[in-house]
Amino acid sequence: MSAAALPRQPEAPEPASDALLQVEDLKTVFHTEVGIVHAVDGVSFEVNSREVLAIVGESGCGKTVTALSIMGLLPRPAGQIVGGSIRYRGRDMVRMHPEERRAMRGDRIAMIFQDPLTALNPVHRVGAQIAELMLAHRDISRRDAWARAVELLKLVGIPSAGERARDYPHQFSGGMRQRVMIAMAIALDPDLLIADEPTTALDVTVQAQILRVLLDVRERFGMAIVLITHDLGVVAGVADRVVVMYAGKKIEEADVHTLYGNPKHPYTWGLLGSTTRVDRPRLEQLVQIPGAPPSLLNPPPACRFAPRCSYTQSLCRSEYPELRQANAAEHLVGCHFANLEGWGPGLSASELASRLEGAVP
Amino acid sequence: MSVATKQAQVPRRSRQELVRVTDLVKHFPITLGIVFRRQVGAVQAVDGISFSIRKGETLGLVGESGSGKSTTARLLLRLLDPTSGRVELEGEDITAASGSRLRKVRQEMQMIFQDPYASLDPRMTVRDIVGEPLVVWNRWKNGGAARVAELLERVGLHPDHANRFPHEFSGGQRQRIGIARALALQPKLILCDEPVSALDVSVRAQILNLLAGLQRDFDLTYLFISHDLSVVRQVADRVAVMYLGKLVEVADRDELYRRPVHPYTQALVSAVPIPDPIKERKRQHIVLHGDIPSPANPPSGCRFRTRCFKAQQICAEQEPELVDRGHGHPSACHFAEPMEVIP
Repeated sequence: MSAAALPRQPEAPEPASDALLQVEDLKTVFHTEVGIVHAVDGVSFEVNSREVLAIVGESGCGKTVTALSIMGLLPRPAGQIVGGSIRYRGRDMVRMHPEERRAMRGDRIAMIFQDPLTALNPVHRVGAQIAELMLAHRDISRRDAWARAVELLKLVGIPSAGERARDYPHQFSGGMRQRVMIAMAIALDPDLLIADEPTTALDVTVQAQILRVLLDVRERFGMAIVLITHDLGVVAGVADRVVVMYAGKKIEEADVHTLYGNPKHPYTWGLLGSTTRVDRPRLEQLVQIPGAPPSLLNPPPACRFAPRCSYTQSLCRSEYPELRQANAAEHLVGCHFANLEGWGPGLSASELASRLEGAVP
Repeated sequence: MSVATKQAQVPRRSRQELVRVTDLVKHFPITLGIVFRRQVGAVQAVDGISFSIRKGETLGLVGESGSGKSTTARLLLRLLDPTSGRVELEGEDITAASGSRLRKVRQEMQMIFQDPYASLDPRMTVRDIVGEPLVVWNRWKNGGAARVAELLERVGLHPDHANRFPHEFSGGQRQRIGIARALALQPKLILCDEPVSALDVSVRAQILNLLAGLQRDFDLTYLFISHDLSVVRQVADRVAVMYLGKLVEVADRDELYRRPVHPYTQALVSAVPIPDPIKERKRQHIVLHGDIPSPANPPSGCRFRTRCFKAQQICAEQEPELVDRGHGHPSACHFAEPMEVIP
């Protein structure tokens, strides 16, 4: 595999920071007929080289919009970044010239989408679509680009890749199409791969294959992966760190073991509790989070989860819970009670109330 | 977040069968030519399956897409005519039912669909959607509006929602509307075709809990189709595993997850991710290679052999029957053997 040998455009000297990508106080809005939707509202996180960062949340929490903001692929003119910065190796991409941004997209930062059938062009052979990317970004001959495309298809596990490269997207199954997407994404050996729900539309057996391919290419090419998903099972298997989002905000962040072993935000408890799992005794009733996420036209002023949280106190409705550290230094939680002793899913709401009364007479 | 963490109880279930399916076959012809159509092959969507569903129980039907699960549901409802085989509802053969008799039978069976966006008519109000079965059966005049209000309330919606249109609701709420519609005629059997696959995790739990509550209250029988084995474990009493138009293993829920004997079941269960980083990273995964073959041209002998990690010469020559191979439940594999795949 001569992946790293592909000639690459000269790069600016790397600044001294081990973070590959730094998203800071990102605010992305959508202008709609009914008003301004605050899809991502002040989200910060970092992605380090070679790590897998999972962004978890339900539909409408802003995870995909975050990804599109990073890629510079927000639908225009509705979507707009109105605040914050996205630094790639220290350089702010939000304020970058569009041409410069374009050169980075697909080259340094690549993305794979949930639905590969709509992401691939139906009237071009898949080999040509992969080759096109290399022709656009590299000084390479058509013949070499094609050969390289075939090599990539082989690498992601497509049998008889040489012939299959001549096929069109509709001739592939869902899982094979997602492999094609991965081949395309890694064609230019990017530093960062953003995978937006890459396995959601697939069967479990195929999901396992695709996750394996993703981890494989990371191992081989040493890229970082931002995995966007709602499936906490998938996250447990592949992520190093996890960011949980709710209603446009980051509400918890921790390394994967802390997040599953000692989660501190009631929303995270709810997500974990409502996930059906095969490794524990079956529950007669699943934990359910009542209600639905708030509208991002007029999000609740204080804690956004308060209307659905069973621990809600008056404080939660009056004051926004800034992220704070909970036990471990790298564990951030957006909940007023994160540092309360005994704060965990076992604590009952009435217990919390009586304890707070004791503290504040 | 109300947590009722009662341990699973064995649900009371009567031994009486509500549905019995015998050697059900559905082949969709592949034809060539326009004027002189000739059949050049057949998509063997369902190829000789037999099972029964007892009153008050939930039978889970699992398998990958393309395994024939949805076709099976459509055959039960007689939305498709079987090529051969028999479907009985409460001992009555409904395979050949037609006209008014078929209409009558269909009252007893309702369906909940996967996509809550596509399965509700956007131009009808919720009242019209939920009340339509009552109108069709001339029961509307007899307190139809009150019945709709009652149904909406039972599925967790507000009776005032009856005047609204589907687009005003979230995915979970729409699925509740679909459930209310399915309940309108007080059916005996509800076919749930991937009812929570399109929903978010927290909403999924709400709908699963709702379905379980309705089953208790109205003594419903479910055929629950899903590709998600963790969901099926939550709802089903028994599970049938389907692969390329055939059943490969049928067992009680706990038995199937604890000691699956068919390699396909083992692979399916092992592919379900566990939301626990320590367990998930330690466990052995059986990764199946490739995709499900085309049902128009299934492999000879055992249909799973092309992806099976146990395949031998005999698998290509001889089709394994779905019989009890000494494990207490039927399986269709020459080399069936229990294996623990969940840590």
